[in-house]
Amino acid sequence: MSEKPFRVLPRVTPQNQHFWCGGAEGKLQFLRCGPCGSYVHPPAPVCGKCLSKDLTPTAVSGRATVATFTLNHQPWVPAADHPYVVAIVEIEEQPDVRLMTNIVGCPPEAVHIGMAVAVEFEEHEDVWIPVFAPVDA
Amino acid sequence: MEISERRAAITGIGQSEVGRRLGRDPLELTLDACLAAIEDAGLTRDDIDGLSTYPGAMAGQPGFTGAGVMEVHDALRLELEWWNGGMETSGQLGSVINACMAVACGFAKHVLCFRSVWEATAQGKGGRGPIGGGAGAAGGKFRASGPMIEFTLPFRAYSAANWVAMFAQRHFHEFGTTREQLAQIALNARKNAALNPNAIYRDPMSMDDYFAARMISTPFCLFDCDVPVDGATAFIVSRAETAADLRRPPIRVEAVGSALRGRPSWDQFDDLTTMALRDASAMLWERSDLSPSDVDVAELYDGFSFITLAWIEALGFCKRGEGGAFIEGGQRIALEGELPLNTHGGQLSAGRLHGYGFLHEACVQLWGEAGARQVSGSPQVALAAAGGGPLAGCLLLTAD
Repeated sequence: MSEKPFRVLPRVTPQNQHFWCGGAEGKLQFLRCGPCGSYVHPPAPVCGKCLSKDLTPTAVSGRATVATFTLNHQPWVPAADHPYVVAIVEIEEQPDVRLMTNIVGCPPEAVHIGMAVAVEFEEHEDVWIPVFAPVDA
Repeated sequence: MEISERRAAITGIGQSEVGRRLGRDPLELTLDACLAAIEDAGLTRDDIDGLSTYPGAMAGQPGFTGAGVMEVHDALRLELEWWNGGMETSGQLGSVINACMAVACGFAKHVLCFRSVWEATAQGKGGRGPIGGGAGAAGGKFRASGPMIEFTLPFRAYSAANWVAMFAQRHFHEFGTTREQLAQIALNARKNAALNPNAIYRDPMSMDDYFAARMISTPFCLFDCDVPVDGATAFIVSRAETAADLRRPPIRVEAVGSALRGRPSWDQFDDLTTMALRDASAMLWERSDLSPSDVDVAELYDGFSFITLAWIEALGFCKRGEGGAFIEGGQRIALEGELPLNTHGGQLSAGRLHGYGFLHEACVQLWGEAGARQVSGSPQVALAAAGGGPLAGCLLLTAD
């Protein structure tokens, strides 16, 4: 991966640690509901579908599909890599769990809705930012 | 079902000086608007017994708010029965909707509503800033937390421009909407602004100008993004039966929309081609026997051009997905068209008064005081709508 861009980092808490630090073990993790099996994101104390509190951090495949994206040209903060790609992806296991993320590893112009992507992690201090790169066809 | 908001009326409006980098005390701008609205209604400050604002006092985002409820309360030495301020409501106009409830419930007779900004001065020469300061003033040690920014800022999505652009992109993908179509929101705003002496950008804009502008966040170029300003806007929301004694014919509140039935989130909302405004719009029409074809003038939020297109669809001026075709060529939304839109120039050309400017213009049009940009034929029904993403509120207004 090329030089890491500046990022505002998230505040890590006991509630979100599985998500922001799962990359240390190469895992993209979400809370998963024991009774109904649905993934809960962002992290919450109860399952939004069945209200169970039986939630466990669970690794997913890391495969996802680009639901939408934008090429950011505006230098909100200094960066060497404009335009870069901000996207919303849907995870393979449950498409209504979405992540805002970045698409890396390809020219920005190559990104399209419906593109198959897979997670990789960008380490910054104590967090591992999940970004996504195209899956080779 | 009783439509309680019909117990409310708008009886006065006021606006401060509006401009780029005025460098004036934001509280003074706020009070200028408030006092103008009180006088416009034919009231005195002794009559004001309610106060409401969006978002109220808040730290961390200079320019986003010019005064809180307590500052205005104290500066004017008001005696209040009810007051309200905050960001967790149905968008900027949620503060006005709340005022309608307060008078409908009998908590207050005359609620002063205000919204003030000084974003142009706060940003100085640095241009538009990232949300939350981006890099953070605290030497890069700022950490993102909370629902709006924890899952956006770490992914370099620093601005609502990025967030809304992704909705536009999805709309383009699903429905074939084009930049040429979306441009009409900006071109129409500029054409109307030329007729508004208080607008910020009044020089003509062509389609070529639009396509020559630099990109901000695809598919948005500079002209799809509103222009930060300094200024304040205020309204008096009165209990309807008191309105007959006042200076102006009251503007009736026919119905409001405040619903948010989907998830309150930029990225988890169920349909990425629309937003909370879908739900607010649905609620509004559920509360009225009027229909979209009755609307004589529409003032629909354009913090980013696509939000206006989304409101047009959500409010039923065309079908879902057909907004691009509806605005194509610009004739339908022109002053003389079937749906005169953003007749003051919107936030794109008249300045980002953040929601309140649309309601102000709706009142001006219903009172027939819009001068060169007045919609012909004495408009009787107006729609004012504000907000994008999880924020949305709208009011259907009728002339008395």
